[in-house]
Amino acid sequence: MKTIFECGAPGRGMTMLPPCDVPEVTLSCRRAAAPRLPRVGENDLVRHYSALSRRVHGMNDGFYPLGSCTMKYNPKINEELAALPGFRLLHPLQPQVSAQGAIEALYRAKTELCALTGMDDMTLQPAAGAHGEFTGLLLIKAYHRARGDDARCEIVVPDSAHGTNPASAVMAGFRVVNIPSAPDGCVDLDALRAAVGPQTAGLMLTNPNTLGIFDKNILEITKIVHAAGGLCYYDGANLNAILGIVRPGDMGFDCVHLNLHKSFSTPHGGGGPGAGPVGCKQFLAEFLPGPIPAKTETGFSLVKPARSVGRVRGFYGNFLVVVRALAYLETLGREHLPEVGRNAVLNANYMMAVLKDTYEMACGGYCMHEFVMTLEQLHKDTGVAAMDIAKGLLDAGIHPPTMYFPLIVHEALMIEPTETESKQTMDEAAAELKRLYALAHTDPEQLHSAPHTTPVTRLDEVRAARTPILRYEFAE
Amino acid sequence: MGSYVPTTPAERKQMLRAIGASSVDDLFENVPQGLKLGELAALPHEKSELELRQSFEALAGKNTIYRTCLRGAGSYRHFIPAVVASLSSREEFVTAYTPYQAEISQGILQAIFEYQTMMCELTGMDVSNAGVYDGAAAAAESITMCRDRRRTKAYVSASADPQVIEVMKTYCFGSDVELTVIPAPGGHTDPAALRAALGQDAACFYLQQPNFYGLIEDAEALGNIVHEAGAKFVMGVNPIALAVMKTPAECGADVAVGEAQPLGLDTAFGGPYLGFMTATHAMMRHLPGRIVGQTVDTEGRTGYVLTLSAREQHIRREKASSNICSNEQLCTLRAGIYLSAMGAEGLRQAATLSMSKAHYLAAQLEEKLGWKRLHEGEFFHEFASECPNPQKALDALAAQGILGGLPVEGGILWCATELVSKEELDRTVSILEEVERA
Repeated sequence: MKTIFECGAPGRGMTMLPPCDVPEVTLSCRRAAAPRLPRVGENDLVRHYSALSRRVHGMNDGFYPLGSCTMKYNPKINEELAALPGFRLLHPLQPQVSAQGAIEALYRAKTELCALTGMDDMTLQPAAGAHGEFTGLLLIKAYHRARGDDARCEIVVPDSAHGTNPASAVMAGFRVVNIPSAPDGCVDLDALRAAVGPQTAGLMLTNPNTLGIFDKNILEITKIVHAAGGLCYYDGANLNAILGIVRPGDMGFDCVHLNLHKSFSTPHGGGGPGAGPVGCKQFLAEFLPGPIPAKTETGFSLVKPARSVGRVRGFYGNFLVVVRALAYLETLGREHLPEVGRNAVLNANYMMAVLKDTYEMACGGYCMHEFVMTLEQLHKDTGVAAMDIAKGLLDAGIHPPTMYFPLIVHEALMIEPTETESKQTMDEAAAELKRLYALAHTDPEQLHSAPHTTPVTRLDEVRAARTPILRYEFAE
Repeated sequence: MGSYVPTTPAERKQMLRAIGASSVDDLFENVPQGLKLGELAALPHEKSELELRQSFEALAGKNTIYRTCLRGAGSYRHFIPAVVASLSSREEFVTAYTPYQAEISQGILQAIFEYQTMMCELTGMDVSNAGVYDGAAAAAESITMCRDRRRTKAYVSASADPQVIEVMKTYCFGSDVELTVIPAPGGHTDPAALRAALGQDAACFYLQQPNFYGLIEDAEALGNIVHEAGAKFVMGVNPIALAVMKTPAECGADVAVGEAQPLGLDTAFGGPYLGFMTATHAMMRHLPGRIVGQTVDTEGRTGYVLTLSAREQHIRREKASSNICSNEQLCTLRAGIYLSAMGAEGLRQAATLSMSKAHYLAAQLEEKLGWKRLHEGEFFHEFASECPNPQKALDALAAQGILGGLPVEGGILWCATELVSKEELDRTVSILEEVERA
């Protein structure tokens, strides 16, 4: 397909703006040459981007069991509400008295998310999950510093964690102490006990873990960390499993980040914008990035906490994403929120039950919202790797599961159906996975060369990295 | 139905049978019994779609949308062509995940590749990433790009947006980097103070152009001072101004970043926005976030993939150049569509109109009210003026549906864009005249 730079023609364009109605002014420090931007008519432009959109598989196009990403249905009403001019056209620096509805929306989102997580206060400023991790770790850092305990410079991270955890810890100035996990991804209590001490700032934990298992020792884990003087950080990536059932705050966690683009149904946008609010217990609230929405006698206001670590981004966060999440929360309400966790877990266990006679599971027992299969044996027997099965699914119009994660499982495929999929969809996907398993034994080559029906076949990633072409090169 | 769960009670029974569990509660066996939640009393009751719509329309109705906006300071109300919302709201773009599966994500990957090209063209820089959270985060991330074992200190001009400086400070609190603010007396960065501050341990200096007060800095001269000290020169630039202004590349920048909100994004009470990051070839592997590269498929067809991922957290974990995972892809798409619709000529017009209207307003304020500018020197589409009683002036404008400039020390920081007509500017000045007379 042509790039936009190859569409259109010199001299073509659209008229968007009127002539200048005041004396025209120019700068003295002008650029040497005009930027070579596209020269397209409106029809060219619309056809180009429409063609691009047809080369994208969205959540609306089919099953999307991408483990750890919680690709649930994105309600359309939420899009309409976020596009209301009363939200969309607000200037972030207009007087608070003229933005009461917006601040109230932020306040309600904060209050309801705190209630769901068992936290006392929250910032909605972080723009994504990893941004929230960084923010939560800054709270932990500020807390220890404020007590004059500068020795606490280590963050403990299990080796089953997402890569963002250690990366965020380093950004927050901590040393990362990786501890091995048990085969089911749960925390090895002895390894944890050995790792913590007066140097421990905190533990970052994903629960349910990345193998989809709720750590049964969760209370013991937070107790061990607290006894050593550290704080407990809850990575909310997998919150969907426990939504409305149990709260991080009640498990002993001191702060948590949420992914509104996962658990709270806001669309992922092909890689954002998301939102990664950070909730915390009262003793950390004074360190939160500001300003924080608050309720006052006369209405709602935005207030900077007393010893704030400072802003982590401009203004108040991805406001329109928060509006969508609030719409979701208020649609479900107290009546239906517990159904999220219950059905997410039911669906995952059902798919696992249907598949477990064919595929080898990474661990036994019930799972939570997702489960991990290991294709190590299949790979040994047939040469067909997890990647090949994933690519085979593309031809069936199914987005592949997360591949090769967690790192502690070989040839891993991680499946998360979410609660918004029907039994029928899951049955069809499971049947396709079984068909591919059989195909691996009869015609492995067909899988090695998959996908066959997509706009392009497998792409040469090595070449892309070795000789980077990162922009269109103009002929002239 | 209210939870978007499609399975029926009968199906759920069948599913439990297949699992071999007697109830859903059994599946939560690992959750300590005492911790399970009862009723979620702190949450509101469920709402039907109609009730939800009514409730949110009421909420949005409590906000004032000013007909005329003369406030900028980091968020700008520009004209947005209809195609931007129309195309970027296509469901495939909206509901897809990060394009890890390249074969079914070519549309997103190509859109990013084209966006990267447009940002390189605008800034004159060699490479661009796919964007970060916002302009302030981009400024903060640029420090990490520039520092190494020997060069550990970062510098920023006092003439930069205070929010950007604050975010840089927060990130520096995280990474234990010392951030020094270089004074800007009279609104412009003090070159002598910059020269004196930069030592052998200086990693980088961040300059905003046009700066927070709308003023044009002598970027080339400041860049030379930075390079003489062996540090990296980072520029934070307004992408609309780039249509006409000397590019960061022409000013010698090593890294050029900024807030892409003016490129087709709503002011939206502060977000979602988009931080753009561009750099020289030499700095390419230090860029954080996603980067798309062109390659070929097994049949030799051109295609696109996420590339240079050896920098990223999912491969490098604690050694990654940044922790960024999700960024602001849909905003990147919008910026690309906006730039395609405007073209070089449309963007030049937006820049020229914005700047000309701001200059007209400045001249009228001085002529009709005697309010002088607070700073000397060239400016783009923002300027600060005197104002004896800012609150009174702004209240009078607000009463007439005009959001006046932002109160700053000594007066008001005004902004004009192509959306404001001469008539609106004249009306603004006459309202202010009435306030003054009263």
